[in-house]
Amino acid sequence: MGELSQQNAPIYEALEKFKKMRVVPFDVPGHKRGRGNPELAALLGEKCVNMDVNSMKPLDNLCHPISVIRDAEILAAEAFGAAHAFLMVGGTTSAVQSMVLSVVKSGEKIILPRNVHRSVMGAIVLCGAVPVYVNPECDEKLGIPLGMSVSAVKKAIRENPGAKAILVNNPTYYGICSDLRSIVKIAHEHGMLCLADEAHGTHFYFGENLPVSAMAAGADMAAVSMHKSGGSLTQSSLLLAGPAMSEGHIRQIINLTQTTSGSYLLLSSLDISRRNLALRGKEAFGGVVSLAEYARSEINDIGGYYAYSKELINGDSIFDFDTTKLSVHTLDIGLAGIEVYDLLRDEYDIQIEFGDLGNILAYVSIGDRLRDIERLVSALAEVRRRFGKSKAGLMTQEYIEPELAVSPQVAFYADKESLPIDETEGRICSEFVMCYPPGIPILAPGERITRRILDYISYAKEKGCSMTGPEDAAIERLNVLKGV
Amino acid sequence: MDFWFSEAQTPNVKLSIRVDRQLYSGKSEFQRIDVFDSPEFGRFLTLDGYMMLTEKDEFIYHEMITHVPMAVHPKVRDVLVIGAGDGGVLRELARYPEIEHIDLVEIDELVVEVCKKYLPQTACCFDDPRVSVHYEDGLKFVRTKEDKYDLIIVDSTDPFGPGEGLFTREFYGNCFKALREDGIMVNQHESPFYDEDAVACQRAHKRIVESFPISRVYQAHIPTYPSGHWLFGFASKKYHPLKDLQEARWNLRGLSCRYYTTTLHKGAFYLPAYVEELLKDVEEKY
Repeated sequence: MGELSQQNAPIYEALEKFKKMRVVPFDVPGHKRGRGNPELAALLGEKCVNMDVNSMKPLDNLCHPISVIRDAEILAAEAFGAAHAFLMVGGTTSAVQSMVLSVVKSGEKIILPRNVHRSVMGAIVLCGAVPVYVNPECDEKLGIPLGMSVSAVKKAIRENPGAKAILVNNPTYYGICSDLRSIVKIAHEHGMLCLADEAHGTHFYFGENLPVSAMAAGADMAAVSMHKSGGSLTQSSLLLAGPAMSEGHIRQIINLTQTTSGSYLLLSSLDISRRNLALRGKEAFGGVVSLAEYARSEINDIGGYYAYSKELINGDSIFDFDTTKLSVHTLDIGLAGIEVYDLLRDEYDIQIEFGDLGNILAYVSIGDRLRDIERLVSALAEVRRRFGKSKAGLMTQEYIEPELAVSPQVAFYADKESLPIDETEGRICSEFVMCYPPGIPILAPGERITRRILDYISYAKEKGCSMTGPEDAAIERLNVLKGV
Repeated sequence: MDFWFSEAQTPNVKLSIRVDRQLYSGKSEFQRIDVFDSPEFGRFLTLDGYMMLTEKDEFIYHEMITHVPMAVHPKVRDVLVIGAGDGGVLRELARYPEIEHIDLVEIDELVVEVCKKYLPQTACCFDDPRVSVHYEDGLKFVRTKEDKYDLIIVDSTDPFGPGEGLFTREFYGNCFKALREDGIMVNQHESPFYDEDAVACQRAHKRIVESFPISRVYQAHIPTYPSGHWLFGFASKKYHPLKDLQEARWNLRGLSCRYYTTTLHKGAFYLPAYVEELLKDVEEKY
């Protein structure tokens, strides 16, 4: 291969070449190009099972990349404007966890908004770091958590001068962005690193007129969900690092938990998607924005619904808005978001990304067609006509400030007892409770359980939210710390 | 020279028609459009390789989708036709002087242009002053209409490709809303015969039953469509397709048809046992 360029997809090209060599496999995987599992081959197709191969010299090794995977990572870093890029096959969860584990260790503080993804809290349980929560303001009408205001970040830094890092959602699930450039600057001025959870922000690196990406804002690390807006296969992801970070250290951290049998289906999908975004991302995301804008204006014309966008921007806790996100407030038609979510699926065969108490999010991407948008809009019009009612009795989501009694790691591993949920008020929780999606914890290990939190959980259950986290899957009992 | 058009009606069944020559082939934003001349069926139109109509048997389809509701509803003034870019439905509707206005919504302008040029047998009435043609998505058009039509005719393609939105619950619900309190919706309802078609047919019926108080299915024999056995849906807010059939009144009009008669109208609603069962399966809940 000559000079590498964004036209190349080194892993994909190596796989194509490898296929032509007709190598006889006496290595794993044991299905041996699908022959040992004809039902699987019939389901996935011969091409797919043929590409499910193991690390080997011509295909490199994800744990210690020196050839085609390394080239793919160099191209990814270039495409995303990062100093280093790491291909990840354990989902963005593993990218986020490697990011957190790379910068904090036991007892060290990390500043973050409470509306982080469960993967962040998971990393904190694993490494024993101490979270310092910044209250993400909450929009009263919409009931959605916003970004972190710069002044709240400054206050947290002032109160915790020894903190090692600040983590920012860029954007939130709903498309809300904090003032990332300013937060990076303040973090660096105080000797802290700035990390970004960009699970919902891959397109920021390629589209026009979108919020600033973490690397462009000067952040030190970012976990980027290529499989969401980037178009790669589910579970494939990228971890990006800026020039201040040590590539070797991050690789060591990744190798603590990541598989040694990285899937070439996932790796090649990252490679091909990166090439596609680098070559065609700008126009593709331009198309996504115009589809989302069209859907917003049609949905707002129905009446009752509020599909929000940049008008929310307030220069601080809503510093910017990701216009590809189609978030719709539903309470004014008398239905909780989760109810609209269920109706769309059960009555109209339309699956959207999530519904919470007051909003729904329909994920619009590079794979959407105008005719499908028409179906969504028409179905929403029908939901309002057939099921709309008075708004009375609906609860909005509100931010419940957590009271951290002990560190998440201490709580998670402490002696505990299981109590009926109603008897847990005032106790310290040792597990997670969250609605999934969006997967943002209502309770995290180490937090005190309050009446408001219990009311919220019972209302969310009644409205049909899918609740996850606790050992008791029915969430009728919670584990709390013994004797405290 | 052997020159044949073949359509795979299922992965394992083909219908082939000998072709004299191909008159047109083009691709629009939505689909591939072809027109052929054939010795047996005359001129015919295909979309994405699927048979839409032939000069020889199109009268069956167009008469049955139009005259059945027209013989039931006592006074149709405003009609919405969705799809039907070939103009066949318009031709049949144009024969009723009491109709005041027809909105025809076709997503693909090129289909209309091609039909006007190559299929004048059906595309003869686009210039009728009562007709307004709208080139847009039918689902979108009907979304904003309320209490506006006496009759909606859904002359769609199959439930895959550009026509798939016209087989959805949201579409039928929007049609219900767009109809007046005694309105009727008639739709192309696929075939009950081959497995995959039967599933589509059943799903469409389920969604219509959920959306309208009266929902019945009737049949016709259309030689060039898969299996030749084709269904139409009759969905209505008030009128029953048989109890409210105005037989004498329709016959007094003196319209001459080659397939439709009011006697056939009655017979068309009596379905084979297996079709009854297929439909009943999804009706029971309601």
